[in-house]
Amino acid sequence: MFSEFLQYLFTGITIGATYALIALGFTLIYNASHVINFAQGEFLMVGGMATVSLTAMGVPMLLAVVLAVILAGVLGIALQRLAIAPAKNADVVTLIIITIGASIFIRGLAQLVWGKEYHVMANFSSDEPIQVFGAVLNTQSLWVLGVGAILVAVLVYFFTRTLTGKAILATSMNKDAARLVGIRTQVVLMLAFMVSALLGSIAGIVVAPITFTSYDIGIILGLKGFVAAAIGGLGSGMGAVVGGLALGVVEAMAAGYLSSDYKDAVAFSMILLVLFFLPRGLFGAKVVERV
Amino acid sequence: MFKTITRCASKFVAIAAVSLLAMNVHAADPIRIGSFLSVTGPASFLGDPELKTLQMYVEKINEKGGVLGRQLELVHYDDAGNASKARNFASRLIRSDRVDIIVGGSTTGATMAAVPMVEQARIPFISLAGAVVITTPVKEWVFKTPQSDYMAAVRILNDMKTQGLSKVGLISGTGGFGSSGREQTLKAVKEIGGIEVVGDETYSGSDTDMTAQLTNLRNVKGVDTILNFGFGQGPAIVTRNYDQLGIELPFYQSHGVASDGFLELAGDSAEGLRLPASPLLVPESLPESDPQKPVVEAYKSEYEERWDAKVSTFGAYAYDGLMLAVAAIEKAGTTDKAAVREALESIQGHVGVTGTFNMSADDHNGLKADSFRILEVRDGSWKLIN
Amino acid sequence: MAQLSQFRLKGLLILAIVIFAVPLFITNPFHYGLATQIALIAGAVVGLNLLVGFAGQISLGHAGFFGLGAYFSAITTSTYGWSAIPALVVGAIGVAIIAWVVGRPILRLKGHYLSMATLAVGFIIAIILNNEREITGGPDGMPVVPFDVFGWELSPFGQYTLFGMEISGDLAWYLFAGVILLVAVWLAQNLIDSPIGRALRSVHGSEVAASVVGVNTAKYKSLVFVISAVYASVMGALYAHYQGFVTPAIAGFDFSIILITMVVLGGMGSTIGVIIGAVVLELLPQLLADFQDMEMVLFGLILMLTMIFMPKGLLPTAANLLAKRRKKSAGGDV
Repeated sequence: MFSEFLQYLFTGITIGATYALIALGFTLIYNASHVINFAQGEFLMVGGMATVSLTAMGVPMLLAVVLAVILAGVLGIALQRLAIAPAKNADVVTLIIITIGASIFIRGLAQLVWGKEYHVMANFSSDEPIQVFGAVLNTQSLWVLGVGAILVAVLVYFFTRTLTGKAILATSMNKDAARLVGIRTQVVLMLAFMVSALLGSIAGIVVAPITFTSYDIGIILGLKGFVAAAIGGLGSGMGAVVGGLALGVVEAMAAGYLSSDYKDAVAFSMILLVLFFLPRGLFGAKVVERV
Repeated sequence: MFKTITRCASKFVAIAAVSLLAMNVHAADPIRIGSFLSVTGPASFLGDPELKTLQMYVEKINEKGGVLGRQLELVHYDDAGNASKARNFASRLIRSDRVDIIVGGSTTGATMAAVPMVEQARIPFISLAGAVVITTPVKEWVFKTPQSDYMAAVRILNDMKTQGLSKVGLISGTGGFGSSGREQTLKAVKEIGGIEVVGDETYSGSDTDMTAQLTNLRNVKGVDTILNFGFGQGPAIVTRNYDQLGIELPFYQSHGVASDGFLELAGDSAEGLRLPASPLLVPESLPESDPQKPVVEAYKSEYEERWDAKVSTFGAYAYDGLMLAVAAIEKAGTTDKAAVREALESIQGHVGVTGTFNMSADDHNGLKADSFRILEVRDGSWKLIN
Repeated sequence: MAQLSQFRLKGLLILAIVIFAVPLFITNPFHYGLATQIALIAGAVVGLNLLVGFAGQISLGHAGFFGLGAYFSAITTSTYGWSAIPALVVGAIGVAIIAWVVGRPILRLKGHYLSMATLAVGFIIAIILNNEREITGGPDGMPVVPFDVFGWELSPFGQYTLFGMEISGDLAWYLFAGVILLVAVWLAQNLIDSPIGRALRSVHGSEVAASVVGVNTAKYKSLVFVISAVYASVMGALYAHYQGFVTPAIAGFDFSIILITMVVLGGMGSTIGVIIGAVVLELLPQLLADFQDMEMVLFGLILMLTMIFMPKGLLPTAANLLAKRRKKSAGGDV
């Protein structure tokens, strides 16, 4: 009985950590610009697909990862500079539609360049799973969790200890005030898109050995990341992490104990429950108050 | 007088020449083959090889002089796996492009959405999708080339029985293929007898981990084999999770993953699993006496040479569809739709890649369950079992 | 205000002329099919525009309501032999109740929470339609009987007489869908000019100000959300009858995104504008079909560029441009 529970938990936390990283990306951009960036999943796809195709061309794994992350970062900057910045007086809804257009465009390009097949990425370390109290843990899950934890720690440091991080935070609180104290808000916006793209692509790379990767993997993972961000209160970093983990665990538990047919429906009804009973999300209100 | 006669005559000749020329032009009008396929979207691994196959063989047939002395022209659209789009494109093919026959419909949903239009317009339609509903009950103008999922289920369950297995843990995708496969498996279990489904789990096409479902199945009391019905990357993830969990039960998959691409994705974890498939994956293991051997070998080598990619079972559905269409048009000696339909329905002993087709008024598929071969993965490649 | 209504009436008149002029340019029944679908989808978009353009709220799950209406009609008429109109009405009432239950608590909150709630509701509807194979036919969909009124059937494959003229089923369906769209637009415009509409516009302007002068903003927003859901449900039901076949894709997230994109692309708040949005977004894939592998790239690029350079949407931007030019030429005269 316990081993079953543990098995579901492992599954849930692994995929939940991925959701959390994507949700953090959503949150960053949402805070900086109030835009829900529907191209977030594409950063994930670019990370995974670029790594796979570079290693297939003979580039060493580590270098391929670095290049893929840089590519995603450049893409993030390009998205902000070329698509979001020029439409500066547009409604937030219009900006959201622009990100949808961008995601279709990026996906279309990926399909042209990399093709439509699914690709395999080898586990970073041993293929031999670890046995824990009768449950099985894939070594790659440890990588996902470890990398996720490091990224979160780096982000916390970035936002609380560095000037740039504080500038981004300040801009997200009040754009005009930030501008008044001399923060260049356009640069901040660009940074937010870049950091969010870096996060997404790293998530895409560490999770690729578990999920495989293809040109359209970003659609559903991006969406799940958005759901996680919404559960966490859209705008709270802590909320994104908890929302992601909660979503992953609930999905796995629902598949295990309730009905695999309706596990996704259970995940989506979590949004409704949170909105009905904790309208600011799990952590939304706290962050706003702290300011 | 003479002058007028010659003038008249020359006029006549000129007119005759022009009309002859016009007739010639008419006779050389290409035969238009319409197609709507899921070239992009979640079912692109069906539509992509199907389109490549159609393009390649239309070219090849044209190089050899076409059909009935006329060139073939392929008019195709990408429905992206969306049934509404499929219906629109079927309508466009029939009413705007005025094609002579349709070979297409990668998924059951796309096919069924186009069926009312096809039946109404009275145009022969060869579907490349698998579900039983397409040709059962028989629809006058609708044919299909893949074996039905019911036959696949029967073939798998019979193989299980010969292995002495009787309690099946079933896991299936919630997409069209998996969902229909699940239903047909449950039906086949009742009809065959002596075997039962003891666990029933599903996963959605976009799921990235099926450990929870497999853990549930493993824990069902008495389960002695597991069957996965699904296609796309999902079954590959199931296979890997199966291996990671260390489940030792005999493992069966459906024909939905009968491709070398699946072996690449699943890697070592696919070792030992069995599935029903067309002989396309194991042409060299076929006995010389097998009538399908030359057809299968030719298709495989031609496809791989042209596209520098592995053949897939699904591309073969399009090959068979096109060849059946050509055979029917040749047999009918015309592209008259009713005549072609008649000819299609009376095709007997047509050796294709998927199997040998024997169409009749009550059977618009024309294949038997034994056209599926049972394959097993050994040392990273397919082995013919029977 | 009278001037405003007059302006709206003019819009309705132009729309009517366009709708009835289209058959003069169509020779191919395939094009009637497209035009019919565009008209029905445009009807749903007009409803969605009430929510986006006048209540300032986004729905990311409107296809869920569209699909629910479609499937309710499909199942009750095809499986249980109901007549089309009662099926459509009962389905719309059911959708209205769901929208009210979801919208009422969430619309009390300020901000874009409705978008998340509708996203969830849309997904849940699509999952149910996909999984309940016994009732809905599952992912492969189910056939739908033709639309009928008191035993009289309207099928795109039929032949009909109208004012003594023989017309094809395709044309008949197109005319029917065109009239439905006109009614949808007329109702929407009446709503906009009604006290509810005025209250709504004040909500969109400044919610605080509106509530200070005693407008119960949450109630009005919920009401308009329900109305937009009913629009989607009714159009979905008609769409199902017209297509003769439904699959869960019409309730899916992709279609929700397409619907909201039509609104923003055409011009939020402009009823005629969003219809143009629907026309463009439905025709674009047909035009791009010949580009094959490039289709997705081009579609994304066109969508992105249009929104970057015409952030207000196609119609408002064009109208602005026209107004500017007129001003300029007027200035030149002086």
